[in-house]
Amino acid sequence: MGSVVRCDRYPYVTGSSVLGIKYKDGILLASDTAGCYGSTVRYKSVERLKRIGDNTILGASGEISDFQAITNLLDELITEDWMWDDGNKLGPFEIHNYLNRVMYNRRNKFDPLWNSLVLGGIKKGKKYLGMVSMIGVHFQDNHVATGFGNHLARPIFRDEWKEDMTLEEGVKLLEKCLLVLFYRDRSAINKFQMANVTEGGITITEPFALKVNWELEAFRNPTKGAEGSW
Amino acid sequence: MTKTAIDLPPKGGFSFDLCRRNAFLESQGAKMPKFRKTGTTIVGLVFKDGVILGADTRATEGEIVCDKNCEKIHYLAPNIYCCGAGTAADTENVTDMVSSQLELHRYATSRESRVVTALTMLKSHLFGYQGKVSAALVLGGVDVTGPHLHAVYPHGSTDTLPFATMGSGSLAAMAVFESRFKEGMTKEQGIEVVCAAICAGIFNDLGSGSNVDLCVITKGGKEYLRNYQQPNPRSYTHSKGYHFTTILSSKIRSLRNHVRVVEGDAMEEE
Repeated sequence: MGSVVRCDRYPYVTGSSVLGIKYKDGILLASDTAGCYGSTVRYKSVERLKRIGDNTILGASGEISDFQAITNLLDELITEDWMWDDGNKLGPFEIHNYLNRVMYNRRNKFDPLWNSLVLGGIKKGKKYLGMVSMIGVHFQDNHVATGFGNHLARPIFRDEWKEDMTLEEGVKLLEKCLLVLFYRDRSAINKFQMANVTEGGITITEPFALKVNWELEAFRNPTKGAEGSW
Repeated sequence: MTKTAIDLPPKGGFSFDLCRRNAFLESQGAKMPKFRKTGTTIVGLVFKDGVILGADTRATEGEIVCDKNCEKIHYLAPNIYCCGAGTAADTENVTDMVSSQLELHRYATSRESRVVTALTMLKSHLFGYQGKVSAALVLGGVDVTGPHLHAVYPHGSTDTLPFATMGSGSLAAMAVFESRFKEGMTKEQGIEVVCAAICAGIFNDLGSGSNVDLCVITKGGKEYLRNYQQPNPRSYTHSKGYHFTTILSSKIRSLRNHVRVVEGDAMEEE
């Protein structure tokens, strides 16, 4: 009656990093829109940022099908909460707890949902930004990143994030990190989305591209003065 | 013809005779000795007048920091320096060897060494050992043809770049470079960016730590700035040391007077 114990799961269609920061009025999340099938960029318009209810946004990296399963679960959760009609809506902390339990329980059955999730939200002035990994490790911080973003974006965040940034500063910081990720992560493409959650509501931008710079003089003729080397 | 008692030494390089035996022992469960790695952040950057090389100073042996302040920027020639990541013995010996070869080459040609010479010597040596010599290097220098910066990988491939990072902290340092590098920076700007990159490695990578070493090479000469920045001071020390010899006050209470034997025998006093 129980499900088959599968210890040999591999991710097939994967999403790359998700970045998240807290700023003065709320939370900003950013990711690219690539769904890679191994080493091919199979899908270029995968939305990896989803709104959950009125005050939370979820970003996921890892297996896209598992992310879709998680959003279905959360949609059901939000619908049930709405049906209670008790004047209270589930906030980001509650959804974090729910996700945490889901991920940890799946891990205990050796059948994990192969995702690293970034959850951000704001309710009654209290900002929340946190991460849940596929084995159930969870924490909250002022800035989070998944996958390659941990190695490439987190150092920049630690250096340049400050308390109470404006929306422009936050966007600029995220764009800087997205550009570094595009240069140095092989599964990233130059098509990004950003999600913004404030007390006023949630906005997810249309996909946009960043300006890249390949015009370094040294790239034009790398072996100038060193004929024969490479 | 008598047999000589002395065996002729094998002709140079490694002898791979014991490899099969080692592999067998390992498969039987014997633990191989750990080697001292430099688990590192090393960077190089080309600025307006030359090259700046930077490195952290932590050497690790597995999980332990075995040297808090080692030197990772090695001398190759008066105008060429090389940062090394990977196995410490490999980086030290390879750079020493190439440094001696370059000096002999200088005597033979009566000319200042060129960076491509060092590059070719390093890459042919490393390729010959098929990656077993675990040395990942950032080679930089200024010669008659201008400033050069190269990244050399353990298998012998090289990259000629305006900015390069290697080692376990290379991603953190590369993130800083990709966001802040501009062509034609001044020396001060270059030093600032290199320090920021090494500090990103020091604070975000567990294999890197302690202090920042720099080496600025220009046509005029070089500046070897050992421990240019020390962002990890021992904070809980007193500058004058802690003195425990000065007695501020003393109070002696004889406990014997307070003991009243209610039952049983009194304790024997010596």
